[in-house]
Amino acid sequence: MGAGPRISRVPDGVRLDLPDDEREVLRQVAGELRDLIEEAPDEPGLRRLFPRAHDDDTLEEQYRDLTHEQLASGRDRALRTIQETAANTLLSPEEADAWLRGLNDARLVLGTRLDVTEDFDWEAVDVTHLQAQELALYAYLSWLQEQLVEALPG
Amino acid sequence: MSTLAPAEADLEVEEPIGEDDAIDDRPWVVIVWNDPVNLMSYVTLVLQKLFGYTRAHATRLMLQVHNEGKSVVSTGTREKAELDVARLHAYGLWATMQRD
Repeated sequence: MGAGPRISRVPDGVRLDLPDDEREVLRQVAGELRDLIEEAPDEPGLRRLFPRAHDDDTLEEQYRDLTHEQLASGRDRALRTIQETAANTLLSPEEADAWLRGLNDARLVLGTRLDVTEDFDWEAVDVTHLQAQELALYAYLSWLQEQLVEALPG
Repeated sequence: MSTLAPAEADLEVEEPIGEDDAIDDRPWVVIVWNDPVNLMSYVTLVLQKLFGYTRAHATRLMLQVHNEGKSVVSTGTREKAELDVARLHAYGLWATMQRD
């Protein structure tokens, strides 16, 4: 399969036309991110997943107490859905929503780690650099997510 | 809006007892900030999904985030603003809240 569209809208959800190696990559990415959230919640790369709501430290602490656990478990469930449905050809609207959030979380973590900026110069990437592989993954996930957004009813 | 996120349904933000609320009744505003990772199309879709905004209105807010760095996407009580921020955080948007 070439670079044709991977995700398209169907009446009862979205259709996945992914080659097996890409399905495996997505399963791995989702699994690694679940492990990271579970085992290293303070890892700097995760900071964009759990931003502050308040400037004020006391209010922020209250916000975190109220929401952090649910936000973390919601992320875990979305990523688990990606793992469990990576072999499917059809995603229900609920599964597609989990993919939407899970793919975005993976991009947020990669983007933070790679220090991606809005005017990021893709031409300047040294393909021999260690980060080149992560950048390629980031670009791939972005391409996929754009298709998923287009396939979902607004 | 049958595709509303499961994440949203799970989020029940309870209002902590804030004594200052009795004195200061300015509404809270929820702000989405520009960030280099979230796709413009994604931000628009999330604003439509979470707030029921039309595509045109969500696009206008997204463009304000993109061009001006931030946009107020909802207002209300502290309880409502906190719920809205949490729903935006569930979708990975960079949202904060403050008194108007």
